[in-house]
Amino acid sequence: MAKYLILIYEDEASWANAGPEDYERAMKEHTAFGENNRDVLRGGEALHPGSMGTSVRKDASGDFVVTDGAFFETKEGLGGYYLIEVDDLDQAIAVAKQVPAPYGGVEVRPVMVFS
Amino acid sequence: MNPAVADAVADAHRREWAFVLAATVRVTRDLDLAEECVQDAYAKALATWDERGIPASPGAWLTTVAKNRALDLLRRDATMRRSLPLLLDEQTTPEPPEPDGSPVEDDRLRLIFTCCHPALSEQAQVALTLRLLCGLTTAEVAHAFLVSETTMAARITRAKKKIATARIPYRVPPAEDLPARIDAVLTVVHLLFTTGHTAPAGDTLVRHDLLDRSLDLVRMLRALLPGNGDVTGLLALIVLTHARSAARVAGDGRMLLLADQDRTRWDHAAIDEGVALVRESLQSRPIGRYAIMAAIAALHAEAPSWEETDWHEVVCLYDLLLRVWPSPVVALNRAVAVGFADGFAYGLKELDDLAADPRLAGYPYLPAARADFLHRLGRTAESRTAYEQALTLTDNTLEKTFLTTRLNDLGPDQNHPPANLRGRGPTRRNRD
Repeated sequence: MAKYLILIYEDEASWANAGPEDYERAMKEHTAFGENNRDVLRGGEALHPGSMGTSVRKDASGDFVVTDGAFFETKEGLGGYYLIEVDDLDQAIAVAKQVPAPYGGVEVRPVMVFS
Repeated sequence: MNPAVADAVADAHRREWAFVLAATVRVTRDLDLAEECVQDAYAKALATWDERGIPASPGAWLTTVAKNRALDLLRRDATMRRSLPLLLDEQTTPEPPEPDGSPVEDDRLRLIFTCCHPALSEQAQVALTLRLLCGLTTAEVAHAFLVSETTMAARITRAKKKIATARIPYRVPPAEDLPARIDAVLTVVHLLFTTGHTAPAGDTLVRHDLLDRSLDLVRMLRALLPGNGDVTGLLALIVLTHARSAARVAGDGRMLLLADQDRTRWDHAAIDEGVALVRESLQSRPIGRYAIMAAIAALHAEAPSWEETDWHEVVCLYDLLLRVWPSPVVALNRAVAVGFADGFAYGLKELDDLAADPRLAGYPYLPAARADFLHRLGRTAESRTAYEQALTLTDNTLEKTFLTTRLNDLGPDQNHPPANLRGRGPTRRNRD
């Protein structure tokens, strides 16, 4: 068995313009996804948009610089994640295909194992 | 050494490499180690077969030697066991029965589906296929794609690392995924074939090494997936196109278009095989793009001459192909066929409509086809401009020569006579 993080990337502007019925549908779809994949799910959360994020980096002199916004300025932002545990990448992709992401897609990233 | 032995080893290398490697991977559960053991087995074959004779089943002999070498290495050195072993199918993880050392038949399929997994980049899929299924060295793979050996080595290493790290399984995909996964495999083989058919750059038009490899691979797929219409269609397409390859370059090295080829130089036995395969592939449902492309190739292969080609049928097949596979290159080929079926003015109109498609912006065949139709319509100045545009878009020496010849055949440009035209006779064309 191996763990994979499924990162959900979606167009943040589309979600900003979405109506209550869109949020309601998304909630239902994620609930159904969670029930259908109960056996492999190890965790998952939705995230507020990148504009609510705060980036913390070090500048050239080694001082912390705290700035408003997401770490990467992209149209599609990280909007949530699921942590799953399955046998192999094919199974992980099969789960990833079920993740609701109407305004984008997902990335499947293997979790590093330290022996 | 007995030359027959060297030939037998070379032959076994070409025919059995994938078979031997696929079985050895099962023991090592590591691609690098398996490759090393298989290479050792081929080296050992050279010496042993010379002494004791060529075995009745070279593939089985090589498999046994490679597997024994792997077991030996794994026993002696525990560090050979990688921390991330390749994932084998649970049901078949126990060693298959091997009284004669032969692996279960679909081990090669597992290897193919691993090499052509969609989680790998297409470049990586192609490189792994040549390396692991065809047994090419990294240097040979690098040469095939005109990149440095260092670049190719890095690409292959990264792809193997991804197979282990992301846990791409060594397995034939489940039935529901199979059509898409077979399509990915066929895409890789088709890419090898088209790259071999007209090398994008370099001094030779046809890269026979790649063409032959693509034919080997598709024949292997046909043996492993009999009755799959898409596999049969791609085999038909490659066989039919390959059948014409000897006639594509003239005695003096010039490139010849289909229209100008000496059709007696085509391989007619191969054409017969290809046509039979087309018939078979067209019976599958749904009809796939390779079957339709092969049917078009069959129409060309069976036509007594370019003029006597059934152009209306060719256009119909391109219409069908566009529905199955909407691609700008297909639309371009269709437009050319329309020109021959309905008149060059109609074909030119279709080509001009396509010129707006940004996906064809770097594609030399679009301006080359426009140039030809413009020339046939007597619009010489525009034809010249289009040929000049095509010339800027190819790096293949033979294609450049071909286009330059066509350009020069238009006669001297009144405003800017090219220096290499001095002393040439008047335009000689015999086709219009």
